[in-house]
Amino acid sequence: MSDGSSARVDRRSLEDDAFRVVSARDSLTTRLRNLWNRRELLFSLIRSDIRIKYKNSALGIVWSMLTPSLFLAIYWLVFAKFLKNGIPNFVVYLFAGMVVWNMFNTSLSTATGVIVVRSGLVKKVSFPREILALANVGAATFYFFIQLCVFGLYLLVVQHSPDYAYFWLLPIAFLALYFFTAALAILMSAITVYMRDMEHFILIILQLWFFMSPIVYSYEHSIAPQLHAHGLAWLYFLNPITLIMLTFQRAFYVATYAASTSQTQIVSHHVVPVILKILPSWPMSTYCYLDLALLGIMIVFFLLAEVLFGHLQGNFESEL
Amino acid sequence: MTTVIKVEGISKTFKIHHERHQSLKERLLHPRTGSTEMFNALNDISFSVDTNETVGLVGHNGSGKSTLLKCICGVLQPTSGQIHIRGSLAALLELGAGFQPELSGRDNVFLYGAMLGFSKKMVDGIFDDVVGFSEIENFIDTQVKFYSSGMYVRLAFAVAVNVDPDILVVDEVLAVGDERFQAKCIDRIRTFQDEGRSILFVTHNADQVRAICDRAIVLDGGHMIADGPTHESLRIFREHLMDSAAEHDGSGLLASISIDSITTPSGSFDVRSGAGMHFDVNITSHGAYSGNFVMEIFTRNGLLVSRSDAKGSPVNLTPGQNRVGIDLAQIPLLDGIYDVNVGVVDPRGNTVIAWREQAASIQVTYDGREGGLVELGAAIRQQ
Repeated sequence: MSDGSSARVDRRSLEDDAFRVVSARDSLTTRLRNLWNRRELLFSLIRSDIRIKYKNSALGIVWSMLTPSLFLAIYWLVFAKFLKNGIPNFVVYLFAGMVVWNMFNTSLSTATGVIVVRSGLVKKVSFPREILALANVGAATFYFFIQLCVFGLYLLVVQHSPDYAYFWLLPIAFLALYFFTAALAILMSAITVYMRDMEHFILIILQLWFFMSPIVYSYEHSIAPQLHAHGLAWLYFLNPITLIMLTFQRAFYVATYAASTSQTQIVSHHVVPVILKILPSWPMSTYCYLDLALLGIMIVFFLLAEVLFGHLQGNFESEL
Repeated sequence: MTTVIKVEGISKTFKIHHERHQSLKERLLHPRTGSTEMFNALNDISFSVDTNETVGLVGHNGSGKSTLLKCICGVLQPTSGQIHIRGSLAALLELGAGFQPELSGRDNVFLYGAMLGFSKKMVDGIFDDVVGFSEIENFIDTQVKFYSSGMYVRLAFAVAVNVDPDILVVDEVLAVGDERFQAKCIDRIRTFQDEGRSILFVTHNADQVRAICDRAIVLDGGHMIADGPTHESLRIFREHLMDSAAEHDGSGLLASISIDSITTPSGSFDVRSGAGMHFDVNITSHGAYSGNFVMEIFTRNGLLVSRSDAKGSPVNLTPGQNRVGIDLAQIPLLDGIYDVNVGVVDPRGNTVIAWREQAASIQVTYDGREGGLVELGAAIRQQ
């Protein structure tokens, strides 16, 4: 029997295997290594998450594009038509903010209760628990890229040409968004085990957060300029989502009109006044430094969340 | 022999909340109310398991065996002590715990494999075996929520035993599935044993432990009370059960029982196969009870040869001395030493009124040609 012979090989190699401690409270590096080792589980969970969500619905995965588009239409109707917020080309502006927001919103609203919902699994099977929350973030990341594709198609249709010079900033901003979302998601999933109210509370917080971020209004129309006048502009940026959104809006919304004029120098002269009224008038280097700084902070925040999660998960079994 | 599991001084303390304040309001209103009690589920447990060993973990409900198992699998963090593991481990704590009812059986096989820590490539390689073993070929693409509970469990078991773990941890899972599938599972466990893998097997079914394990560890109230060869441990387990039943009643068992004398044709404990035997049993009772008289005969390595009772008619005990006689017309046993347990149990409540392990030992001599345990006296002729 081939099984038997392979087992015999296994048995011999076992002597060289190092003992691993399963019981101790693991250090951060061990936990991160465990996470990396179980990445296949993470991808399996993400896949099943996406499949389950749209299973048995007639439109299936189309819903992941349809829902945000319909929300977009509603916001456009309310803020551009009824309230006349005066942002030109509002749909593009809105879209750039919404893809960022949807990723954050979907992740947090699904990940918050995930450990409680899947307590049966948590109590019976051994795996790094934060993978459950990270799987929700992963699924949201998948929807994020789908929506980005839809956004790209839309830009093609309306012949809006984004500012490609800023595109290289997008991966940095996205990574910052990912680490921030993941950190909050694993923290919230652990806290909910101890305080079940969080599941309801988070929905209110997210609603408030939505209006605190420059999605349906512009940065320059917010309280940011007043804060800036008092030298308190940093207050507005305590919301990390803001900077990420501004980067996305800067790259996608500010048009280059490269097709109509050949000289970029002239282009920027045309563009600057538009930016002034809608987005902060920073040069590219400022965006770059701020985004890099934000990414650094968010990675530290993620590690911090991992450490906190490690402490919180020790008591899960007596609370679930 | 390589040690694959090393458990060193494991203790686990649970906080028991008597009043759970889990909502924010309650937490704010009663920050410190709701008494918590510490409960020691495990107390300083140490043992190790080698390759090629099948160890049974026995204990009645609440003895801490499942907690210990969860610690070994890494689901629970022990309060103190360390557990070291070498090689890959597949745990069957609850079959199908990781199944997603909305997904098909096929998807769940991969998901469950990933959950147990095995790569997609590996699960790909054994997929056909899994499906074959679980016997649900026709339903593998059906959503798991439409499965019967038997199919569910069969699929989960099939994944776990086919992923080729170095250590298999099994928790009471053999209690499910029909008899044929159970036999198949036991069969697979035996293959595992032959391949030199380690198995940690948890159950409160002593017969299953006797059938599968070389060694048994007995837990009671979070303490390890025995660790040794299966029959030794099981004897301690039974005696301890008796003792704790006695403690439970406050004043010891309701009666004490012993075998006063054994009458054999030869006049000694040594009896020839096929001869008769008579036991005089003395029961000192503290009150008037009615119960079922039970006698068990075990081989020295713990195999139950026979369990018999007074054919349903109860024994009526009066306070003081009671005498019961047991006649064995003909002992068909072959060579060996056998232990006799006697006792009186309440047939309804399963309360033990009196019990004695190894109340007597009998040595049987046999000079015929048959081998095994009993003489059937088969007549074989060519026709």
